[in-house]
Amino acid sequence: MAMQYTKKVLEHFRHPRNVGEIKNPDGVATEGSPLCGDMLTVYLKVDPKTHKVKKMKFKSYGCASNIATASVISEKAIGRTIEELEKMDYLTAARELGGLPPVKVHCSVLAVNALKAAIRDYKLKQGLISKEETPLTHDAVMNELAKVINPEIGISIVRLKMVRNVKIGKDGTVAVYISLGNTDEKFAENISEEVEEHVRKIPGVKKVRVAIRK
Amino acid sequence: MDNSATTCVLPDVVREMLPYYTKKYGNPSSLHYLGEEAENAITKARTTIAKAINASASEIIFTGSATEANNIAIYGIALAGKKNGKTHLITSAIEHSAALNPMKRLEKQGFELTILPVDSEGFIDTTRLENAINEKTALVSIIHANHEIGTIQNLREIGKICREKGVPFHTDSAQGFTKTELDVKAQNIDMVTLNSHKIHGPKGVGALYIRSGIKLEKVFDGGPQEFDIRPGTENVPAIVGFAKAVEIGMRDYEQNTAHMRSLRNMLIDGLLSIENTHLNGPKGKNMDKRLPNNANITFKYIEGEAIVLSLSMHGICVSTGSACSSHALQPSHILTAIGLRHEDAHGSIRYSLSRFNTKEEVEYVIEKTRAVVEKLRKISAFVPQ
Repeated sequence: MAMQYTKKVLEHFRHPRNVGEIKNPDGVATEGSPLCGDMLTVYLKVDPKTHKVKKMKFKSYGCASNIATASVISEKAIGRTIEELEKMDYLTAARELGGLPPVKVHCSVLAVNALKAAIRDYKLKQGLISKEETPLTHDAVMNELAKVINPEIGISIVRLKMVRNVKIGKDGTVAVYISLGNTDEKFAENISEEVEEHVRKIPGVKKVRVAIRK
Repeated sequence: MDNSATTCVLPDVVREMLPYYTKKYGNPSSLHYLGEEAENAITKARTTIAKAINASASEIIFTGSATEANNIAIYGIALAGKKNGKTHLITSAIEHSAALNPMKRLEKQGFELTILPVDSEGFIDTTRLENAINEKTALVSIIHANHEIGTIQNLREIGKICREKGVPFHTDSAQGFTKTELDVKAQNIDMVTLNSHKIHGPKGVGALYIRSGIKLEKVFDGGPQEFDIRPGTENVPAIVGFAKAVEIGMRDYEQNTAHMRSLRNMLIDGLLSIENTHLNGPKGKNMDKRLPNNANITFKYIEGEAIVLSLSMHGICVSTGSACSSHALQPSHILTAIGLRHEDAHGSIRYSLSRFNTKEEVEYVIEKTRAVVEKLRKISAFVPQ
């Protein structure tokens, strides 16, 4: 099936900006995994006085959207303060590229996530934040679920009210109950994998169970 | 190099079809001379195709596509079997969705579905098949030649087992027909799906061989066309084109398959000379059980859609088993069935040749693939240190 990519996506795919690594980065993070075909490592150099991102480089494993979103985010990041970038909306990359097909919107989330994770890494290294475990709360889980995109529509499953219930056990087990509603059940496996991948990252989570039904 | 997706229609085929659009455009069901002329054309086409697979003309029906033929065969046999208490279906883990999905739907409707696993090259274990058949088995449907990895099953052996046990055997030969042996009598096949647009015939037509004596439950209702199995006015020009493509395909069988095989081997050798690659599907001593036009290579550490788009920009058409390029964002079930890890499935590319590809094209493809792979590996977050 033809992907219907915008000219901007194809341009960033053919000539991605800021590809590479930084030796001794100030902040570095990897999001995604080869298992799901989408991975991004972001390297940052940050000015300690102004908190502006001096340099951003990335390495990515994934499709044209994955490469294009990382490229366009790197352009947006350089020269901005980390405080500003922390507030970046997850659909920024999709917007900057003139839109992405619904099944690819999650690439925009990945790119922004990776940048924010690299900033968090910088702050930890600088002692600006401490590594205390944030309590495993319902809100923490919902924040992660908000980043899971329904690939049929291209909108977060939280916004689409697909999350029926979240149960957090004292042993660190999180059970997430999803309703597909009108979404084609062929996407059930992908949504389940994405939920598991996102919720697993929350500190304190030992096991994730996802139950999907119509 | 994406001929397993579709092929160009031969000029001779187009020439054969054209009069049936503008001059001999009769409805074959009509009683007058125009109708008779059209009906004769279909009969001739039926005979040509039947001969090619060692069947009788009355055992061939024309459909709108190979997918449709699969549906008619599978639903037809299953629903007929159900009437006699037979509610078990057997298939393989590497079927095309056009055969797998009807069986999955039947499973939801109460049928028991056995999916035979395949080995690392895509072959089913015929002993397992034999053991899986029981008194409730209504149908065994195993794909002849796999569209992604080129595995050609031992139809003779499968057909023998099914005939001995009295179970109908259907095979989807969309990719196999005119590229490898297909003989319904020698291979004890009860039903076979045939595809036109993969063998240089037109799209919009398919065929189903149904051995005389096999009773199918009707899935469509309407007029009595195609022996009362597939109603609807026949697509005469496409049927005529299909038969012409078959005639040419069978005439040039030896030379086409030899030509494609030699280019395929050259392509595989060239691509495998790129580091961190491997061939998916039959290899080594099993190369003769691999479609002569199919090469499926995993390029480690990079992703399929990115490879396909990059090659497309160089004028090269291929396809991928990557999740990113699939409808449901899942890696190809065929690649996972042969034991590929997800990341290797994501980096797999299918190159499929036709009779028209040349040595120069193969050299160009190898060169450009190498360049694309190098470029994407430079960007990749996944290259191990």
